[in-house]
Amino acid sequence: MKDLELIVDSMPFLLQGLGLSLLLAALAAAGGIMMAVVLALLRLSSNRFLSGAAAVYVNFFRSMPLILVIFWFFFLVPMVIGRPVGSFYSALIAFTLFEAAHYTEIIRAGILSVSRGQGWAAAATGLTYGQSLRHVILPQAFRNMTPLLLTQGIILFQDTSLVFVVSLSDFLTTVTIVARNEGRLVSMYVFAALVYFALCFAASRVVGGLQKKAIR
Amino acid sequence: MHYNWDWSILLQEPYLQWLISGTGWTIAVSLAAWVIAVTVGSLIGIARTLPNRMVAGIATAYTEIFRNIPLLVQLFLWYFVLPEIVPEPLGHWIKRDLPLPEYTTAVIGLGFYTAARISEQVRAGIQSLSRGLSMAGYAQGLTLTQVYRHILLPVAFRLIVPPFTTEFLTVFKNSSLALTIGVLELTAQSGQISEYSFHSFEAYTAATVIYILITMGVTAVMTVIERRLPVAT
Amino acid sequence: MIKLSNIDKWYGAFHTLKDCSVNVSRGEVLVICGPSGSGKSTLIKCVNGLEPFQGGEITVDGVSVGAAGTNLPRLRARIGMVFQNFELYPHMSVLENICLAQLKVLKRPRDEAEARAFALLERVGLKDHARKLPSQLSGGQQQRVAIARALAMDPIAMLFDEPTSALDPEMINEVLEVMVQLAQEGMTMMVVTHEMGFARKVADRVVFMDQGEVVEDAATDQFFSAPKSDRAKSFLSRILQHV
Repeated sequence: MKDLELIVDSMPFLLQGLGLSLLLAALAAAGGIMMAVVLALLRLSSNRFLSGAAAVYVNFFRSMPLILVIFWFFFLVPMVIGRPVGSFYSALIAFTLFEAAHYTEIIRAGILSVSRGQGWAAAATGLTYGQSLRHVILPQAFRNMTPLLLTQGIILFQDTSLVFVVSLSDFLTTVTIVARNEGRLVSMYVFAALVYFALCFAASRVVGGLQKKAIR
Repeated sequence: MHYNWDWSILLQEPYLQWLISGTGWTIAVSLAAWVIAVTVGSLIGIARTLPNRMVAGIATAYTEIFRNIPLLVQLFLWYFVLPEIVPEPLGHWIKRDLPLPEYTTAVIGLGFYTAARISEQVRAGIQSLSRGLSMAGYAQGLTLTQVYRHILLPVAFRLIVPPFTTEFLTVFKNSSLALTIGVLELTAQSGQISEYSFHSFEAYTAATVIYILITMGVTAVMTVIERRLPVAT
Repeated sequence: MIKLSNIDKWYGAFHTLKDCSVNVSRGEVLVICGPSGSGKSTLIKCVNGLEPFQGGEITVDGVSVGAAGTNLPRLRARIGMVFQNFELYPHMSVLENICLAQLKVLKRPRDEAEARAFALLERVGLKDHARKLPSQLSGGQQQRVAIARALAMDPIAMLFDEPTSALDPEMINEVLEVMVQLAQEGMTMMVVTHEMGFARKVADRVVFMDQGEVVEDAATDQFFSAPKSDRAKSFLSRILQHV
């Protein structure tokens, strides 16, 4: 009972943390997907240098632990910019660049899932490469890969908990602060697990529904 | 941008020693967690395809729970919460006598988390086989166990093994989370070098290079193994 | 109008087209036939540059297809093409399928493009289906929409790549009828097909291909009554014996 009171009392603080987690995930997903579209197109380009460079980017970030990437950008971003910009921005840049690599593989597969004939048909009516991408290929690719993009978004939301290592006040960090101040580690961590589970499970159910609809 | 470059610090003691021991711990956590993940994950994955509703339901619940809670939260549950909620003697034993407590907890947490991911791939591999295949087995009078043992698992094996190796790389990268409960693995050590020496760039570069080299090595071995596997259709 | 001279094409080490030469004059209907894998689909895709080729030259209305300076989109906009698998854009309605290139390539105003689309849909007998998605139509209907989509660009010639081979038998005729009508109106056409009845009825000339080569190029009557090569004879006997 006392634990429940503690949670209710700390709710504004905890909600702030949850808001930060969701915001970080949403912004990094949006930025990451935009970057990934470009990277995927480079990856598929017939220019060996461009596709090679995109492949190096993708493989580089895919073989690094996210925590190390976070460490890197907490050190690099203020140094490159020349002044402290706040840890939220460092985290946002780290997550965006990291997620872009993961989204690239999804988007590349999505583009490849659109049959070659569609590209032919678009070209045969005189559409340029850019026009056929914009009007014919990408809309279909995005429709095919929406479930995967959303699933990756759920993983990204879970990954935002890693900013704990740099003490940015996301949900898990605020939970930990309350837990330590009040000496209620057990109930607070169980509460955090329940909240993450409820959100992620509900979201994955929605994605599953979309997927079934898409197959039909 | 002003920065004092000194790559030689990586070869100075104690930093070199830290990097080596960090790499060692990273590999030790990853390998042990991966063994747990593959074992538990295969069992759960197979269980999810069984005709027994209850068994399949429990296995599915396992997967849903373990993949919808962030790994970091799961590590905290194993490390801070579990010893408090088990019967007291066991809790005492965990807190006082468990050998290498941080390492063991990290291995178990990472292993059970990854098992959920692997179970998903094992299930998908088995379910991708046509229903006619198992029916042909039952029609000849084979039992459920025999159908799995002689037909489904051997055929699904070729589909399932590549994800196993890919998951090793996932475990390998996720092993860095062990630093949050005090395992001094590679990422932790690079962070520590950065703090002590103020040469963050060199420290992080060293860790990055080691991660990439090991990833490339594992990928190369994976490709060889995959090429040698018999192709099932 | 369409002139292919000594075309050579390789897929890696595989020589898919060997020294192929074919001419189509204005208003002519040319049928290309041959066993599967003979290179006929590849050849027709070279005409509008969908498949690159390594040797020889193709000109369409005097414009070289392979030349580096050629504006391929502009050239393609003038040649209509119909594909084996229809290739309608699944995320767009029938109407939008027909309008897209009119709007984006020809820059026609939307009302003009739609009027043209409705006129063509009426012509292929599908006026009531304008708002449907391709997946709601039968194969034969989809292929007729695809023909309307190509015609909407007011092409100077039409390429057909096995337009009926993905169709159920009962739908083949509705597509062939539209093609016959086009031929009779004087459209320049290059048609890859196995429909020998169609060839007999409207083709001016028939080209027979085998293993990447143009084996025979003859007037239609002559091709069916007295094929010169043994390969064409045996192909015809196999394809016609059940007719």
